[in-house]
Amino acid sequence: MNELTLFPYGISILEIIYVVSSVLFILGLKKLSHPLTARRGNILAAVGMGLAIVATILFHKKDGEAIGNIPWIIAAIVAGTIIGWVIAVRVKMTAMPQLVSFFNGMGGAAAALISMMEFPHVHSDLIAAHGMANGQVLAILLGLVIGSVSWAGSMIAFGKLDGWIGDLRVKSMKYVNVGILLVITGMVIYVMTRNVQHASELNHWIYIIFAVAVVYGVLFVMPIGGADMPVVISLLNSFTGVAAAMGGFLYNNQSMLTGGILVGSAGTILTILMCRAMNRSLLNVIVGVFGGGGRTGIDTAGTVKEITLSDAAVLLSYSKKVVIVPGYGLAVAQAQHICHELDKLLDQKGVEVKYAIHPVAGRMPGHMNVLLAEADVPYEQLIESDEINPDLPGTDVVMVIGANDVVNPAAEDDPSSPIYGMPIVKAREARNIIVMKRGMGKGYAAIENLLFFDDKTRMLFGDAKTSLQNLVNEVKNL
Amino acid sequence: MENVLGFFLQHREAIFIVILSVFLGIEVISHVPAILHTPLMSGANAIHGVVIIGAIIVMGHADTTGSMILGFLAVVLGTLNVVGGFVVTDRMLEMFKKKK
Repeated sequence: MNELTLFPYGISILEIIYVVSSVLFILGLKKLSHPLTARRGNILAAVGMGLAIVATILFHKKDGEAIGNIPWIIAAIVAGTIIGWVIAVRVKMTAMPQLVSFFNGMGGAAAALISMMEFPHVHSDLIAAHGMANGQVLAILLGLVIGSVSWAGSMIAFGKLDGWIGDLRVKSMKYVNVGILLVITGMVIYVMTRNVQHASELNHWIYIIFAVAVVYGVLFVMPIGGADMPVVISLLNSFTGVAAAMGGFLYNNQSMLTGGILVGSAGTILTILMCRAMNRSLLNVIVGVFGGGGRTGIDTAGTVKEITLSDAAVLLSYSKKVVIVPGYGLAVAQAQHICHELDKLLDQKGVEVKYAIHPVAGRMPGHMNVLLAEADVPYEQLIESDEINPDLPGTDVVMVIGANDVVNPAAEDDPSSPIYGMPIVKAREARNIIVMKRGMGKGYAAIENLLFFDDKTRMLFGDAKTSLQNLVNEVKNL
Repeated sequence: MENVLGFFLQHREAIFIVILSVFLGIEVISHVPAILHTPLMSGANAIHGVVIIGAIIVMGHADTTGSMILGFLAVVLGTLNVVGGFVVTDRMLEMFKKKK
């Protein structure tokens, strides 16, 4: 009551701040989608978040009761801030995707915990009036299921991108997954149709649902291949958004509701955009039936021709125009710095060097830009594949570093190929092509790449970083 | 049927917000260039950290040791999501700015 007399308008202030923070979230997201304003957008959203947090601590009331345990809350926020900040600042740029996944999982776990704790507190009046089948129970259960799936899934995605969890592909997996999903739905319906006085009588079901949802999250992500992880992370990101929105529904909190749903829908669209860049459907990614069908290439495969380091160095040094096509392999080998060194060296020799960035190059769409930016490659040198394609016939050398599917001509020639229709960097149109690869392994799509057998193509086998380092030395010695 | 209609009436404001937010979210980011997909995803990731508000509310009304521990954990995880998300996004975007 003390609090009420101190701040008679506390609730109004709180609601106003929630409106302000919702507007800041929207503006932030809007600005984040334009290169020039992106950074400001991020800061705006962060300010909105800060306002909402402080206002909640100061002014929030539940059944007339102010927020208690404030020292503990502040301690938790301080702890979370320090840990989050340190991790975020320390991590390498190449590890960015798994970090996003990790933080996403944390949000999902928080949502699941909230649901677990709120379930026993569902008001008995509400249950008496509407039974268990009411909006609050539904919001709690959905928040629990979605949050848990998002947490478990994100942790697996994190582990996969970090390389300590492999793919697990069993054909019957999708049936198992559908089965588990049905079991979860059944349990939710079961809980909501029980006839009880207090929700706490059904507490054990909450833990069972949590456990099964975690299993589902794990099995859902396990079979999905490494190159598809970004799509999955984006999808799980929108899941967590929806889980947060469930909390907004539960507390009648507009800030949580707008923030959560906004991320839920924006995340879904982003997921679809990512899939489209790879010319695949979301269902295709999730069920994971990639690599089937299509010509295997055995009939057309000729022999590959290798190139020596010194020949490659000469070829590059005496070219006018060189286009580098970086891919997954460059990111994995963390060769972006040495790659930039090579392009500076060539630039000094009067060679015009550009980078052709395919929308899905790297481990996430746009990830290659971040990586090359980290290595100080000037922005003007990074050209999107659609824009650079018309220039390629006049290009002396295209150097493909650790990329495969994004330069595969099958996407244009072979209607039966699983990647048919995907926009590619038309590397084969250049006068010479040098392909740096670890070995003759296939790309993620597991299809043969005829570019490697082209008459104009020379292969330079080896780890991208070592090869580039050697190439830099050779060019220096010329 | 009566239940469903009653449910709608009771929560019509929230349902309204949900529907409008869905369209808003689609509209706001539908023209994003591919190079910003990763930072945008990361930024959106930070925004769903609003779940921390729920965690604060739960913690603020926790009365047993068990719920205190879980509440504390929820606030820490929520903060990780918020702070980590925004800082990482800023780091990514900083790289884009530097090279002008």
